[in-house]
Amino acid sequence: RPTDLDERSLKRLASQDSASAVAAATVTGVRLESGEIIRARKVVITTGTFLGGEIHIGLKAFPSGRKGEAASTGLSKSLKDAGFRLGRMKTGTPPRLAGSTIDFSRMPKQLGDMPVTPFSFVHDSVPYANDQVACYQTHTTPAVHKVIEANFDQSIHIRETVRGPRYCPSLESKIKRFSEKDSHVIWLEPEGLPEHTDVVYPNGISNTMPEDIQLKFLRLIPGLENVTMTQPGYGVEYDHIDPRELKRTLETKRVTGLYMAGQINGTTGYEEAAAQGILAGANAGLAAGHDKAPDRAGETPQLVLDRSDGYLGVLIDDLITRGVEEPYRVFTARSEYRLSSRADNADIRLTRRAAALGLIRDTSRLARLDAVEADMAQAQALLSQVVHLPHEWEAKLGGDRRVGRNGARTSALDMIQKGFLAEDMSADSRQPENIAPELMPKARKCTGGPRISDIVPGWADVPLNIRRRVATEAMYHGYLRQQQLEANTFKREESLRLPVDIDYSQIRVLSREEVDRLSRVRPDTLGAARRIGGITPGGMLALLKHVRRAADA
Amino acid sequence: MNAIVGRIWTVGVGGRRPLIPLRRLSATSRVQDTIFALSSHPGKAAIAIVRVSGPAAKQVLARMVRAKTVRPRYAHVGKIVHPRSGEVLDRGVSVWFPGPRSYTGEDMLELHVHGGTAVVSSVLAALGAIAQVRMAEAGEFSRRAFDNDKLDLTALEGVADLINAETEAQRRLAVRQAHGELFEMYEGWRAALVRLRAQAEAYIDFAEEEAIEDGVYARVCADAGALASRIRAHLDDGRQGEILRNGVALSIVGPPNSGKSTLLNKLAQRQVAIVSPIAGTTRDIVETTLDIGGYPLVVRDTAGLRDAGADVIEREGIRRAVTAAREADIRICMADALPAAGPEPFWANAEWRALLDLPHTFVVLNKVDTLPPASDIRGAVEAWARARGIGNRVVPLSCASMFGWDALMRLLADDIRQSWAAGAALHMPLTKARHRQHLQQCLRHLDELARTDEASVVLGAEELRAAGNALARITGKLGLEDVLDALFSQFCIGK
Repeated sequence: RPTDLDERSLKRLASQDSASAVAAATVTGVRLESGEIIRARKVVITTGTFLGGEIHIGLKAFPSGRKGEAASTGLSKSLKDAGFRLGRMKTGTPPRLAGSTIDFSRMPKQLGDMPVTPFSFVHDSVPYANDQVACYQTHTTPAVHKVIEANFDQSIHIRETVRGPRYCPSLESKIKRFSEKDSHVIWLEPEGLPEHTDVVYPNGISNTMPEDIQLKFLRLIPGLENVTMTQPGYGVEYDHIDPRELKRTLETKRVTGLYMAGQINGTTGYEEAAAQGILAGANAGLAAGHDKAPDRAGETPQLVLDRSDGYLGVLIDDLITRGVEEPYRVFTARSEYRLSSRADNADIRLTRRAAALGLIRDTSRLARLDAVEADMAQAQALLSQVVHLPHEWEAKLGGDRRVGRNGARTSALDMIQKGFLAEDMSADSRQPENIAPELMPKARKCTGGPRISDIVPGWADVPLNIRRRVATEAMYHGYLRQQQLEANTFKREESLRLPVDIDYSQIRVLSREEVDRLSRVRPDTLGAARRIGGITPGGMLALLKHVRRAADA
Repeated sequence: MNAIVGRIWTVGVGGRRPLIPLRRLSATSRVQDTIFALSSHPGKAAIAIVRVSGPAAKQVLARMVRAKTVRPRYAHVGKIVHPRSGEVLDRGVSVWFPGPRSYTGEDMLELHVHGGTAVVSSVLAALGAIAQVRMAEAGEFSRRAFDNDKLDLTALEGVADLINAETEAQRRLAVRQAHGELFEMYEGWRAALVRLRAQAEAYIDFAEEEAIEDGVYARVCADAGALASRIRAHLDDGRQGEILRNGVALSIVGPPNSGKSTLLNKLAQRQVAIVSPIAGTTRDIVETTLDIGGYPLVVRDTAGLRDAGADVIEREGIRRAVTAAREADIRICMADALPAAGPEPFWANAEWRALLDLPHTFVVLNKVDTLPPASDIRGAVEAWARARGIGNRVVPLSCASMFGWDALMRLLADDIRQSWAAGAALHMPLTKARHRQHLQQCLRHLDELARTDEASVVLGAEELRAAGNALARITGKLGLEDVLDALFSQFCIGK
């Protein structure tokens, strides 16, 4: 497994016939720096910022993937030799602070969620739920900005030639691009529990200034007057491939058996990278298992997600059809299916699919999912059973005149959909301390009015997470139905697969520009071809005809 | 942006853009054109199949196959002739598929001819010679089939949106059509929606960790409400003179400074062309769509026709003017009524004289107000016109005093009604329907948005997205990236 190679940096990818181009090559293993060769039919490369990594602090630049760790340079060459086009991106990280040297007493405090929602559906509770550490808020000041402006020439990272993310901009670029703002928010986030670490991550001030300048401006920040750094911030530049070289499984089109995940594909390094790791690993594993199976009947099983399946599907589709221009980050706005791609229904959307592929072996997870769905149905039934006439609703809702008097009986479920009833979705039941009203989390405000539990008998006995899920589904009902229709249309288009080896120049109707675009991206479905942009409807129909002819043949 | 601009809309045809004949433009309407194409593989083959689809397919059958009876869906063997000359082009098989039982759902004719290049091109050329029949654009047969519910729907449904609203031809048309003020207005609305959506998105994704100001969402809703009012006002106003996509093409030609632009401006009741007393001011072709006697008319003002030509740009302009005039449905040849500038130079030029021989050509003698009161020049001119058989097509006019205006309008309206009323009537509701439909869709989403609040901001963003997409279907601009661009330029966000 690739993770075994973590400590010894992998040097060169051994591949058969790596010089020749498309799909002729098959990966056979990896050669380590020590010269040792590890044979493998499937390899997943997750180089993060290590691929040709170069750290920048002030005017200093040196090869490194992460502070104190060597970069991986041989691999870049090996990928280039295999024909991959490499690009360069940059990112950065803030300095780390010694928590004991920070004066938190005057800072607004931000508490964690209460009750806590576990990341995984497998868990009901979270360790240390009642022992969470708080974050604190501070901010930059005009004096801080002045110090940084005076030292713009002290950083080589600010060059605009290499692309950095517009999201997560460095403090330097925030000050440059938003010169009218004289203060930016900083969140001080403990890196762990007090008994484990004293290090604090100052979120919002990633920068590449020389060390002494960093300390100078840090000490101008309210509460950090006496702060010490445990490590300076720095910028890092690294190689990435053009993700249009990838299939939906994150296997490269160029080299069979070679998968890539994370920053090497041009994404940012957090959730985006983690999500790709799951998908690439799953597909590498599924393909390896299939290769080894004695009968090898049927197609290789694959974990492929489309845009309507979830954000990972959006991420991969954007990557492979449109490529990247800056480190790609998933914003919820990128999805056409935001209302249905929710964290609270990820189990219903994806768990059974994982199980069908054998990625989940633990049958208790499926039993759990069945139970959740049964609970939800029951809760929904509770809401449907409470039916009143408009004037009765008006009375129950404290004389809310908007209810209307059309004489029709309406259920509590419908009333949620119409916005007259709401479940409390607040993530924080505690009174925040030390926090100015204008800094109160705004999106968490809940519409007033009576609680559902006051109107629907038995509602209070339903588990909180089920109550919330049912109320959310009801609230979005009309939109979800619309999105479902859109998703169905979309899936039909996605189901029209284009062979990877189409010779687009042989399709007469296509313009030369269309042939160029299609040949470069080699979309795998008709939908993907449309999303490349610049393909005319005439071209789309030509492709459709081609697909159908191929299917009929 | 003034909400009343919907009345008349103008298209400046840029100098570098190739001139698109108006016929071709009106030909993109799917209701009335008949299309044809070589449907078998081009190049040497034993037989070639040419398909014709559309309402005029029957006429093609009558004029090119000329058989007394052709049984639907049966092979008919016989001569295939040129529709005008009757010259035999080939002897082949014709199959007649009356709609809706055909591939496209329209009346269709298949001509199976011998595969030689000469035969095929002569058949294609002959088809092109029939009015309202034109070469199909790529994918157009399938598109029609799709429009008529004839294609395998499960396979094509996904492409439906794209075909209906975003075909390249329609997109080009939309852009061309909505160039100028209307385009700017729609695009301005769309850009405003993009900015509003960026603010809603910033609120959704970053309200908690970043200091996004208070009241952002309330402002978004208020701004969207104001925008909705503007769109509503536009829709209401649009009733009287809404843009007509394709109308009868009118071309105004004449010597420099004879008052063509002034006439156009009078027609449009607004400044569309640059008017100045310096000869040769109108270098290019200015286009206006307007409504005369209830019929849509696309008017083109062309560069002055002047023989002298050290000025190369203007010579090119004149060449275009003559071309445009030939291709127009109706021509107004304008000349100064004053003897000095007079009509005679106009008749002297061979190219111009040729225009007069075309039907639907009117002669307007402008500036009759400047004539001496007792002048009999008018009488002389009329006699001259009668002698050439165009006596009922000459109108004396004064753009300055509006003398003769009503007579000209009547003449134009009668001519349009007699020749093109059916087609014109077909065009009008199409355009109205398309724009109105998308604008109303946009309004519906903005109205839904007004019902959301901070707690349901996600639904609000959904409505903003849908509202913006509705406008994008008119302007042809669709995309997420500009939302993110707006977001990052307005807010300093991220860790």
